[in-house]
Amino acid sequence: MPKSADELTWKDLELGAIVTEPGNASQYKTGDWRSQKPVRDFDRCIKCGLCQIFCPEGCIEQNPDGYFEPNLYYCKGCGICARECWTKVITMVEEE
Amino acid sequence: MAKRVGMEVSVAVAEAAKLANVDVVAAYPITPQTHIVEHLAELVADGELDAEYIPVESEHSAMSACLGASAAGARTFTTTAGQGLELMHEVLYIASSMRLPVVMTVANRALSAPLSVWGDHSDVMAVRDTGWIQIFVENGQEAVDNVLCAFRIAEDHRVLLPVMVHLDGFHLSHMIEPLFLPEASQVDQFIPPYQYPLPLSPDKPVTMGDFGPPFIYSEVKWAQEVNLRAAKKVILQCWNEFGKLFHRYYSPVESYHSEDAAVLLLTMGSFSETAEMAIDKMRAEGKSVGQIKLRLWRPFPFEELRKAVKNAEILIVLDRALSFGGPGGPVCSEIRSALYDQDKKPKVVSFVGGLGGRDITMAGFEEIVSKGIEVAQKGSTREFEMFGVRE
Repeated sequence: MPKSADELTWKDLELGAIVTEPGNASQYKTGDWRSQKPVRDFDRCIKCGLCQIFCPEGCIEQNPDGYFEPNLYYCKGCGICARECWTKVITMVEEE
Repeated sequence: MAKRVGMEVSVAVAEAAKLANVDVVAAYPITPQTHIVEHLAELVADGELDAEYIPVESEHSAMSACLGASAAGARTFTTTAGQGLELMHEVLYIASSMRLPVVMTVANRALSAPLSVWGDHSDVMAVRDTGWIQIFVENGQEAVDNVLCAFRIAEDHRVLLPVMVHLDGFHLSHMIEPLFLPEASQVDQFIPPYQYPLPLSPDKPVTMGDFGPPFIYSEVKWAQEVNLRAAKKVILQCWNEFGKLFHRYYSPVESYHSEDAAVLLLTMGSFSETAEMAIDKMRAEGKSVGQIKLRLWRPFPFEELRKAVKNAEILIVLDRALSFGGPGGPVCSEIRSALYDQDKKPKVVSFVGGLGGRDITMAGFEEIVSKGIEVAQKGSTREFEMFGVRE
């Protein structure tokens, strides 16, 4: 089984810590930076997608029902979506 | 057969870069390095050197452009001095951390203020910890030879680190000296073609200089440290190979009549030659003095230095830079530290002098030696002696 990133020793690194696998930043979990998570009330959501446009992490996607939801593996809990939402359906809630 | 020419050292350095067949030069002119850049620009403009010459707007950009060129697999050269080296400071760390074998000559210059275009080692000492291999030269021939060696060392796959070759501003950069310029065919034989193992290429995309969170940063830095220390072996091999081909030999710590001497004077760069003449004179007068010249500044040659000074009673170190409010001379400070745990070691006396282009003459070196002996014997309340300062 390959080593996880925090098991790598200095000998395992590529020359100059070059990353040879394009796009592997997607493996990096930024969700654990979060202290608050966005919670949505879909009853009032108009599916406008403004939250997706403003999300600096690019982690909001449309689910099969057409609602926009954040991927909590990446969501840093910045709260920009809640601030920008026209219909105020997003509430930032403390993580437990 | 190499031809012997009379040439300004700056021009010879540019000719050496041409002999090494550099692909990219990105540099910004600054006194006293200007003639090196000017001559390279001329060689490219005249079609004598097939290279990209990038006339950047600052030294920060010069080094940044060099990183890109080197990462794309180009043999890259630049040159600077004093404030210019300071302006590229942050990018110097990136060159070594990203393991890009850029070669740079530095025409050593004092730092402002007051504004000084003249030579000393303030600029070098400020970039001591940037992770570059650093070599000092004392004359034009050594400058040419070590620019050639620098490419071979930097690009060796066991090394892949940037190299600085330090030559004293004006005292060396502006001298016209007799020197041998090797034949291009000999240089081709000596420096193999540059092949970066993981270059920037659309066929095999890579990310360089990525961000390193706390879980990996220490491992990356340790890998860099291990690599820089291990580079010494390759540097020694390179100088040895160079000697076989060109009959001029170099070593990390060089000695001049030091084997039997009770008192040793340690110097770096072009002042070493004047000091040599002073040593000759003092020895002719029956004094037991010798000289040590520190050529390899990074990686620091601990083993060679300890061996070279272990039988002496007194070691006098001349620094051409000042560590304000600290131990005085940065070089002396490191030498003291290197000797501290040794059972057999000389008393070490620190002198700072030759700042901002002030000469130290033969008589000056004699005075440094006699005063150094006095300080070693009687002791001093000062951390270091400031040579030649008017009180």
